[in-house]
Amino acid sequence: MKPSPFDYTAPSTVGEAVALLADEEREAKVVAGGQSLIPMLNMRLARPELLVDITRIPELGHLYVDEAGNLRIGAAVRQARAAADTAVQDGWPLLAAAIEHIGHPQIRNRGTVCGSLAHHDPAAELPSAALALDARFVITGPRGTRTVTAENFFVATFSTAVEADELLTEVVFPPLPADHGWAFEELTRRHGDFATVGVAVVLERSAGTGTVRAARVVFSGAAPVPVRLSAAEDALVGSDAGEQALAAAAGAALARLTPSDDIHATAEYRREGAAHLLVRACTTAWERC
Amino acid sequence: MTPSVPTPLAARTPPLAEPSAWHEIALTVNGRPVTAQVESRLLLSDFLRDRLGLTGTHVGCEHGVCGACTVLVDDEPVRTCLTLAVQCGGAEIRTVEGLSPGDAPLTSVQRAFHECHGMQCGFCTPGFVMTATALTEQSDRPDKEQVANALSGHLCRCTGYRNIRRAVCQALDERFGE
Repeated sequence: MKPSPFDYTAPSTVGEAVALLADEEREAKVVAGGQSLIPMLNMRLARPELLVDITRIPELGHLYVDEAGNLRIGAAVRQARAAADTAVQDGWPLLAAAIEHIGHPQIRNRGTVCGSLAHHDPAAELPSAALALDARFVITGPRGTRTVTAENFFVATFSTAVEADELLTEVVFPPLPADHGWAFEELTRRHGDFATVGVAVVLERSAGTGTVRAARVVFSGAAPVPVRLSAAEDALVGSDAGEQALAAAAGAALARLTPSDDIHATAEYRREGAAHLLVRACTTAWERC
Repeated sequence: MTPSVPTPLAARTPPLAEPSAWHEIALTVNGRPVTAQVESRLLLSDFLRDRLGLTGTHVGCEHGVCGACTVLVDDEPVRTCLTLAVQCGGAEIRTVEGLSPGDAPLTSVQRAFHECHGMQCGFCTPGFVMTATALTEQSDRPDKEQVANALSGHLCRCTGYRNIRRAVCQALDERFGE
């Protein structure tokens, strides 16, 4: 359980990091907190020739709310710092809650927000939270910088829109309306485990009618990518988030989700769990509106 | 009393193979400066144990599940098996050996583990003790849920959790008042 040999370098600018990643001579991997990569190195599931440590790049250490009200989190920001930040807790409580579900405090003290997103384990918390919060991803590479929406960022298990010669430098969370409610629920065997299935819900209440104006429902652990379930959202929008609407949303989850079997749970168990979690999450989110 | 300058901690240096993958790091371990050549792939756990001889940090699962190898890096508990030594340049590291060096009295956490019988075989204990030490160093008393949350990052295969929790609560009582 020791990594195979590799070289290591800690550049001090994004430009240097990208040049190292673009070098075709050596297969390079980005490391920040290492809480996903180092287990894979230890088990030799990953055998890069070069690790590019981005935690010494000052321009990636930012966490702030910009003039347009967007939360911007740089690639070197650790999860514990983001979850403890009052701007995050006040403006994006779903993000703070999702982070609290990641592993254990000892993991979150090292792991980064962007690292978990770029790693993209489909059972992980941050991908579904990012999709529910309509996040945007800023990616820099030899061909310049581009911004990718959450819908287009997650490609498949352990695969994202970030190419091998590119670096995810920042994730941007747009502001949420003040009257939104949220919930993040997971079905896990033990606290800190990867979720068997999970759901992130954002509801907006219409001030006039008191009904659901907008809904975002995203499941994790139900497919190789986080699943936004518009059928469940449609069942909620315009409703009073009452029993009937919740039953319709849960029905949509049962009908539309196609999770797979694995040693942890059958597909049927995951689907049932997802439907129950959805009802619980919608109830909580509506109470918080 | 003049503050004493801590003596450097000497790191054993194995013969250098593949020189390109070796890097010099300078860090502080238990208050003592350390400068060492490390291979890129060396885990912090192996650096502490094999190179510095600090075998109080135990290596259990080596993939971040068990928590036995937890130490404090810049006052925060982290898994040393999921940390590369080469990433720790400039860091301040505290291991279980640093809590009560030599004949110094036990810390409140160590004493509480002793008095509450917070261990059986003791393999997981250094990790628990370091996480508990970080809890007692917070500015505010962590609530029950935060204590449970922090301890959930550690496995004890002797199933001694009840006494471990009692020990941590006793140390927190001592630090913050009941």
